[in-house]
Amino acid sequence: MSGAKGVVLRIVQYGLSDVLRSRWLAAYALFFLVATEALLRFGGAGPRSLLALMNVILLVIPLVTVVFGTMYLYHAREFIELLLAQPVSRRQLFAGLYLGITIALAVGFVVGAGTPLAARMFGSAAFRTTAASLLGAGLALTAVFSAVALYLTVHIQDRVRGLGAAIGVWLGTAVLYDGLVLLLATMLADYPLERPLLGLMLANPVDLARVALLLQFDVSALMGYTGAVFESFFGTAGGLAVAALALAAWVAVPLWLGLRGFQRKDF
Amino acid sequence: MISVSGLVKRFGRLEILRGIDLEVRPGRITAIVGPNGAGKTTLIKALLGLVRPDGGRILFGGERVGDDPGYRARIGYMPQIARFPENLTGAELLALLRDLRGGAARVDGELIARFGLAPQLDKPLRTLSGGTRQKVNAVMALLFDPELLVLDEPTAGLDPVSSGALKDRLLRERREGTTLILTSHIMSELEELADDVVFLLDGRVGYAGAVHELKVQTRQLNLERAIAQIMLRVEAA
Repeated sequence: MSGAKGVVLRIVQYGLSDVLRSRWLAAYALFFLVATEALLRFGGAGPRSLLALMNVILLVIPLVTVVFGTMYLYHAREFIELLLAQPVSRRQLFAGLYLGITIALAVGFVVGAGTPLAARMFGSAAFRTTAASLLGAGLALTAVFSAVALYLTVHIQDRVRGLGAAIGVWLGTAVLYDGLVLLLATMLADYPLERPLLGLMLANPVDLARVALLLQFDVSALMGYTGAVFESFFGTAGGLAVAALALAAWVAVPLWLGLRGFQRKDF
Repeated sequence: MISVSGLVKRFGRLEILRGIDLEVRPGRITAIVGPNGAGKTTLIKALLGLVRPDGGRILFGGERVGDDPGYRARIGYMPQIARFPENLTGAELLALLRDLRGGAARVDGELIARFGLAPQLDKPLRTLSGGTRQKVNAVMALLFDPELLVLDEPTAGLDPVSSGALKDRLLRERREGTTLILTSHIMSELEELADDVVFLLDGRVGYAGAVHELKVQTRQLNLERAIAQIMLRVEAA
């Protein structure tokens, strides 16, 4: 292996063998295994269990990914320094770090949640589609929040502040955001708010994943205020495409900003 | 080998390097000394491209140190703090470095044998003691027969036997034509190793030249006292 791609692949490969042996990752996979199996066993392999699993995914993946990602990257600081003293460019190392973390967490999630889902894949076609989109949404959130973790560690030197910011991002996007939007909507109920609300929704990756999933569940009642507005504006297929694009932007923008900082950073 | 001119580095308002001019001669051991915060590590890191300078330039073998990382294939670096991915083994780490350097370089196992490190290389790095990690760190720097060796406090944390083995090895490297740059707080160690000395104070070069000339100039018999003289002289000026 030689050339730029070879270097990135090597860094990913060794980063993966490091993270995949970590107890945290094993615990993460085990958590999803137990949670998914329990929900499917006690709630049956129907839409209600999958909806509950969706809520677990939307809450847990952003938290674990952004917190584990920042902790891992702060911890790897001296190792990053060592790699940069090798004939490795910053762009290559940045790509290697991002792919390593993302793939490791994705493997943990897919093995954990995917095993119980796959065991029931001979049921209805609807179950298969929904299960696949749940896994897809989980992977998208993993890609988004590890990009955010990389952005945070590049731009915040102090690891306590960085970890605080990571938890803040999770609280903001996964817990508080929908409530604040709803509050805003009720306070300003007399004004035509559809478009600004739509903008607010595109600005939150967790909302995007939720709406993309609920469009398929076909339960608009559970979509929350922003979700309902979203569906009426884009329709189901268009809505999915817009949500996917916006999620891709949520990966690309933090990565681009992170790489810019990484290129200029002093180690 | 290395030529530094007008090198400036600021961290926020703090000016760590305030215009460094310096020549590192090939085939010699150059010691960088100075009090804490004088800019030793920052200077070394600028050389490796780890720190981005705010002004000035560094030439390595006539080529400007910049965005192309290729020149680092010719450098072996031993950082001050040795921390590695916890779950990898020493052997995996060495294999990673070999891969990153194109896999072609022959691996030099001499130091592994001298340190008695072979049995430790199959254990996860997190289980190794601080001193053993420092040995791994030294082995990594010397593994690829580099043209330039950069060592930041190389013997810190090593037991006397290992420290002696490392110093023997560094002297052998010089005999074979390798250029070495090192920092240390232990003056007796530098006395033993260094040909040239660069004394940094507050981000400027207080003295740069051969060790014996420094002793003659300051009329001192050992390096520690000679440096102390220079320090007093610079402060008085």
